[in-house]
Amino acid sequence: MPPSRFLLRGCLVAFAALLLAACQSQPNWQLDNVRGHLPDLEFQMTNDLGQPVTAASYRGKIVLLYFGYTHCPDVCPLTLVQLHTVLQKLGKQGADVRILFVTVDPARDTVPVLHQYVTAFDRRIVGLTGSQNAIAQLAKRYRAIYQRETPKTASTDYEVTHSSAVYFFDRDGHARLLATPGVPNDEILHDLKILAEQDN
Amino acid sequence: MLVGAAMLACSVAAFATPPAAHVEHAWIRWLPASLPAAGYAVIENNSDAAVRLTGASSPDYGMVTLHYSRLAQGDSTMETVEYLDIPAHGSIKLAPGGYHLMLMHAKHPIKPGDTVKTTLKFANGATLQADFSVLPANASGPED
Repeated sequence: MPPSRFLLRGCLVAFAALLLAACQSQPNWQLDNVRGHLPDLEFQMTNDLGQPVTAASYRGKIVLLYFGYTHCPDVCPLTLVQLHTVLQKLGKQGADVRILFVTVDPARDTVPVLHQYVTAFDRRIVGLTGSQNAIAQLAKRYRAIYQRETPKTASTDYEVTHSSAVYFFDRDGHARLLATPGVPNDEILHDLKILAEQDN
Repeated sequence: MLVGAAMLACSVAAFATPPAAHVEHAWIRWLPASLPAAGYAVIENNSDAAVRLTGASSPDYGMVTLHYSRLAQGDSTMETVEYLDIPAHGSIKLAPGGYHLMLMHAKHPIKPGDTVKTTLKFANGATLQADFSVLPANASGPED
């Protein structure tokens, strides 16, 4: 082989190694990368067992944060089932993930109802409730909105409009990714795998 | 006048016959604590005329309404729907994240594995019986 070929091959190998290194340092995220754009996870709330918890309670876990309410039979289950399905596919690494389901309807979502609701979907889902103020602060922190709608009839049934994005935090509580409604399961799985491996 | 009467007769005829509709893959996502549940199905219309679904009822629930989940700019909201048209030889899909039946005020505890009987009501007064299978909360659909 002439020396020039050697050189070319060497360059190609070096270039490939560089590409690989670049890929490793900047993963090809499928979801929206929000690193540095949203603050670290921080809250003081009550979990679905009635225990006081803070963001520190979930350090060491990858946290998926979602705002919803139990009188939400369609969209909230759709999201929770999607996350449940992805965690099943994630296998062992799924044990390192916690889904925090923050109620935006604390008046109806008592601790026992919240507990029954979240555990019906997946044991790795934690229901969180708190004072109106604590919930409002957490939602505001992540620019999530929610609003109780006025019922059209005299009944006590009402609905709550709410943001339906899922916020991903790494094991140190840093905001990393945002999944908007309708993203395919594979995209969430792809990114969760990277997140799980990165932080180990 | 005659034309008008003829048109009226036609439109009445179009909706007067019982709907040649049938229901498939009907299921309810079970939720605990007697929370409102959502019902999903595919409703097919095999007739030559459109049919209009106007509501539903069930002996197991105090109230059943047609609902639509609207996702706009990342926010989700549910709204009541007055009716749903099923085109001639067409179908509509009641599916998670879109149109669904909202079943409220369960009259007795419902659990996965149960069958909930419903009556679908159409604009022409026709009704259709449909059995919905109750599936676990974390089911993805009837093929699970």
